[in-house]
Amino acid sequence: MIKVEHLTKKYAGQTAIRDLNFEVGKGEIMGFLGPNGAGKTTTMRILSSFMPPTSGRATIAGFDIFEQSLQARAHLGYMPENVPLYSDMRVTEYLNYRAALKGIRHRRMAERVGDVKELCGLKEVENKLIGALSKGYRQRVGLADALVHEPDLLILDEPTIGLDPNQIRQVRELIKNLGKQHTILLSTHILPEVEMTCSRVIIIHKGRIEACDTPENLLGRIRTAGGVTLEAKTGSDDGAYELKKIPGVRDVTVNEEDGWKRFSLRVEFGGDVREEVFRLARDRAWDVRELTAHRATLEDVFVEITHSDVE
Amino acid sequence: MRKFFTLLSREVTSYFYSPIAYIVLLFFLIVSGVDFYFQISFMNQRPVPYSVQEAFFNSVFFWFAFVLIFPLITMRLFAEEFKLGTIEPLMTAPVRDWQVVLSKFFGALIFYLVLWIPTILYFAIFQYVTHQPAAASTGAYWGSYLMLLLLGMFYLSVGCLASVLTRNQIIAAVISFCAITLLFFLGLISFVLLDISSQTRQLLGYFSAIEHMGTLSRGEIDTRPIVLYLSMTIVMLGLTYQAFQSRKWRL
Repeated sequence: MIKVEHLTKKYAGQTAIRDLNFEVGKGEIMGFLGPNGAGKTTTMRILSSFMPPTSGRATIAGFDIFEQSLQARAHLGYMPENVPLYSDMRVTEYLNYRAALKGIRHRRMAERVGDVKELCGLKEVENKLIGALSKGYRQRVGLADALVHEPDLLILDEPTIGLDPNQIRQVRELIKNLGKQHTILLSTHILPEVEMTCSRVIIIHKGRIEACDTPENLLGRIRTAGGVTLEAKTGSDDGAYELKKIPGVRDVTVNEEDGWKRFSLRVEFGGDVREEVFRLARDRAWDVRELTAHRATLEDVFVEITHSDVE
Repeated sequence: MRKFFTLLSREVTSYFYSPIAYIVLLFFLIVSGVDFYFQISFMNQRPVPYSVQEAFFNSVFFWFAFVLIFPLITMRLFAEEFKLGTIEPLMTAPVRDWQVVLSKFFGALIFYLVLWIPTILYFAIFQYVTHQPAAASTGAYWGSYLMLLLLGMFYLSVGCLASVLTRNQIIAAVISFCAITLLFFLGLISFVLLDISSQTRQLLGYFSAIEHMGTLSRGEIDTRPIVLYLSMTIVMLGLTYQAFQSRKWRL
């Protein structure tokens, strides 16, 4: 559905994105991750024909975004970051206008606009001025606009930014449902969101693609895939020394608080060392009040990959 | 073509959603009303060799209001879209750049023409009340309103260009006000500089809006202003189109 080859964009003096290559297949939900300023919005703006790349090419549904821009745009529903809308229009009026611009025939207009209002939960505000809507509703108007012409592909730039937790959940559900009929490329820096919704993830950093894989494979790729927390009184034992001997444990850090030692164990991927830890604690007669396993999250992957500029 | 009309109707209705439209309408109604009243009272005092209609379109009041309205009409056209970011959803929809430029120009033109509708009423009322013809001939009406259309198109296209160059409406208004005022005064130079050759005077006269209005409002349909203003409008819209496209490379 999307095919990007050697895409590069330079702004005055600096390179925003550098030689991007990726493909998004039909029916995929592709997550686009990266720290602020990594080039996510630039890539999306190029794909939506809003601005041209410096070099390289991209096609949407087989249409070149530069040479067949109009056809490419007709196959695309784009929701820009911060959702700019005409605040002097009413919701239905705006959606009618957008549907007409996107070539929806007059007789299908009411049906399509009705459908997207229903889908995005805009029925109760349909006659309100857009300027009077809350952030959450504005976001939904933007989404309804992106959907109104039944595009094959949806490009959503930070669809959940600025929403409250309930709204985030609603939008996430909506995106998941949309993924059944549409191909979606969405950018975000809320990582749990990606794990829950996306079938594949691209991590972009300083304009380069650092990783492109399924969330599961990405988790498998990082060395420190998870961890175990143990809180115990170890008596005369050091604790950390014994724990390190367990096979699969990479390293151990200790915090002490009112006589209780809190050990954080980093383990190799795929291993669960909780049983060994329990046996060790039983054999050495430690008092244990917590033993928890943490699964590695995309956050760990993200931090590991984009780590270089944190330090 | 359907997309063009969709864009056009959005442009026209958006004028009437904003308070600026009503302020411009009111201001224009007052100034043109005062103009009309003064011309008639002046004519009541002494015999004059011109008609009410001719006097109306050639007074200082008329030109004062005339030059002032263009920046107000055009300043928001592109600048507002750039500022609010609504240009992004607009240009990622399957519309062509020229459709957007022309819809904005014609939207402004339609609003501008709406401003003039009440003035037709003035002449009708004058004739109804006094049983005197307001114009020397029907051709005089055609001529003066044709001139309004032509000059309006030209100045609006200048305003479009000013608005596409910036994301700040005030800057757009200042640029177009300066440009339109300069263009307008170009035709007045021949009144200021007395020691110029008759050829230079003729050339400057060719650019003089006042001179063209004088001719056309008498009912003489001269083709020179038609060619001048139509071609200048096309040039200005061409430049607007180019400047609008250049946003892609400036971003």
